[in-house]
Amino acid sequence: MAEVPRAVAHHFDDFAQQHEASTLGMWAFLVTEIMFFGGMFLGYLIYRGSYPGAFAEASNHMDIILGTINTAVLIASSLTVVLSVHAAHEDKQKALLIFLALTVFLGLVFLGIKFTEYAHKFDEQLFPGMNFRYDGENPRHAAIFFSFYFAMTGLHALHMVIGIGIFLVLMVSAWRGRYSKHYFTPVEMSGLYWHFVDVVWIFLFPLFYLLGRHS
Amino acid sequence: MKAEKLDYPTEPRRHYLNADYGVMSWLFTVDHKRIALLYLGTITVMFFIGGAAAVLFRLELATPQGDVVISETYNKLFSAHGIIMVFFFLIPSIPATLGNFLVPMMIGARDLAFPRLNLLSWYLLVIGAVFALGAVLAGGVDTGWTFYTPYSSVYSNTFVVVTIIGVFLAGFSSILTGLNFIVTIHTMRAPGLTWFRLPLFIWAHYATSMINLLGTPVVAITLGLVVLEGVFGLGIFNPTLGGDPVLFQHLFWFYSHPAVYIMVLPSMGVVSEVITCFSRKRIFSYRFVAFSSIAIAVLGFLVWGHHMFVSGQSLYASMIFSLLSMFVAIPSAVKVFNWTATLYGGSISYATPLLYGLGFIGLFTVGGLTGVLIASLGVNVHVHDTYFIVAHFHYIMVGGALMGYLGGLHYWWPKISGRIYPEGWAKFAALIIFVGFNLTFFPQFILGYLGMPRRYHVYPEEFQVLNVMSSAGASILGIGYIIPMIYLVWSMRYGKPAGANPWGSTGLEWQTPSPPPTYNFEKTPIITREVYDYRKQESHG
Repeated sequence: MAEVPRAVAHHFDDFAQQHEASTLGMWAFLVTEIMFFGGMFLGYLIYRGSYPGAFAEASNHMDIILGTINTAVLIASSLTVVLSVHAAHEDKQKALLIFLALTVFLGLVFLGIKFTEYAHKFDEQLFPGMNFRYDGENPRHAAIFFSFYFAMTGLHALHMVIGIGIFLVLMVSAWRGRYSKHYFTPVEMSGLYWHFVDVVWIFLFPLFYLLGRHS
Repeated sequence: MKAEKLDYPTEPRRHYLNADYGVMSWLFTVDHKRIALLYLGTITVMFFIGGAAAVLFRLELATPQGDVVISETYNKLFSAHGIIMVFFFLIPSIPATLGNFLVPMMIGARDLAFPRLNLLSWYLLVIGAVFALGAVLAGGVDTGWTFYTPYSSVYSNTFVVVTIIGVFLAGFSSILTGLNFIVTIHTMRAPGLTWFRLPLFIWAHYATSMINLLGTPVVAITLGLVVLEGVFGLGIFNPTLGGDPVLFQHLFWFYSHPAVYIMVLPSMGVVSEVITCFSRKRIFSYRFVAFSSIAIAVLGFLVWGHHMFVSGQSLYASMIFSLLSMFVAIPSAVKVFNWTATLYGGSISYATPLLYGLGFIGLFTVGGLTGVLIASLGVNVHVHDTYFIVAHFHYIMVGGALMGYLGGLHYWWPKISGRIYPEGWAKFAALIIFVGFNLTFFPQFILGYLGMPRRYHVYPEEFQVLNVMSSAGASILGIGYIIPMIYLVWSMRYGKPAGANPWGSTGLEWQTPSPPPTYNFEKTPIITREVYDYRKQESHG
């Protein structure tokens, strides 16, 4: 308790209690997030069941190369997050800062590639609602596929943007030397969040890019 | 400042209300007790706005013709009433005010686990309320509180998107409050306070918070998709673009049925506290009452289809949903029987909180039993979308949730304000509310059974007598709500000082002065006994 009096908030007895509360709070928040994304996953699966042919055909319009690269980028960023948490545990300030910066960098790469993909889709007039044009069979059902594609990857990208913001804040705090082996809760909690966002992508990628693909 | 004998009469005791002064000390407070009062003010304002809408449409319904408002305005009035009352009053009502105030105190903690998150929740609710009220002022919404597509998407020409943003923010407010409660209850209990020594109020709030965490995000994303549909023209619920409007109903009710338990479970927690205290007895079968809260929360997630018996849902799904809906009656009945058994043989004092508690038991039983009735398929098809449904859910939401809220507010008012409210006036108001409530809503059961559909502003002449009774009851009910508002505010300044434990309760929150100091307890209490141990208290004197 006396170790780091500044980092323990007034209403907690000691660091252990505070850390336990933060961890439980983050997991509870992630449960909420699962339900949040879950509504859309459910909708996707229902329509996939209703229009399997149209969805399989529409998935051929996904850019599998960019998608695969993005998957690799995100998995790599999860690694750098784990390394940053490890560095905080081990009191390695410089390594902590480097891994946080790498995470932010990889996150930005992901978003850059994602927006390139979005731009292509706009050019090909595959955004539903705005002069949507689709040559294959069942354009209405393909429009549902693209509706979910933009809604789900868009929400995911929004989570990435928030995550990058959080890691930038962490970098500032790490620069000021706030984290040590006695106090690393924010790094660990932000890491949990980042992993969650990665896991969402691990589900999005096969659902949109891989399932039913036949080119 | 108190009339009690104080050891140091020259200096007023420091407590959470006089710890600091000025608007900023309230707007930036992280003290859960002050945030509870911020919520109390906010939801009271919302309650009276939602009530005003009800006054207008009850006025319209006093005559069979549409002579006060046109049908479009009428649609907007009942929509505003529903949206404001559900999302901005009932859902935050007990958890955000009494729960915020009491959860840390009942478990011997100094604050909730995340005080700043708690403040953020309040701001989210206020910003949400600004959006929702802004939409009302700009011209209103006519979708009803359920936002059914395609009323809310393709055929919407009102301020649906703005309203949905407001509801979305209010939803996140309740998610964060629930998260805060769960973490606080898990990690911050005082030494010796095991799970089965917790007050039943805490169990009820734990169950409520589970629903908040699991249900609210689903309705948030669903409404989010409606907004995307409206703004970007995506076609997820739009049949002309290949979507399915019934999917919206499934997703909406997946939250909005459990939301009923978000409203009523905390009330049940209040009733458990009030009944034990005023009958001077241990609760009958603590564990059954505690687990029935959890059971209601879990079962509540499995019954949403009973809102969709006429929406083209498969008959077999409807049969399962019908059966599961009846299961909810079991834990609810467990509670009612255990409360009654607690009263049996107790030394009962009929203080105002207990009057509300007894009112809750009676009205909730009527609401619950009619719920079983309309959960059965045949009856449901007959009374679907009639006033029978309206009467049923008002017996639960107003007769249940609101009675519990008012009872709890009276019960803990001495703790919150440090003052006693005027008992005579309070009993009078409780009586007025009970009479007014029944006069308003009981005729609606009959109206619905006779076939009067909800949501119309004109009706056949033979329904007029019952409608006039209902409108007259609503006027009485309205007066009944204004009276407590006046005397509670009055008592904050002129009421008798309360002392630490005016009811002689065994609850932990009563073992600290009223109003409590900012950190609730002078030193962290150590718990050595169960919570409703009234016999022991007697022998200790």
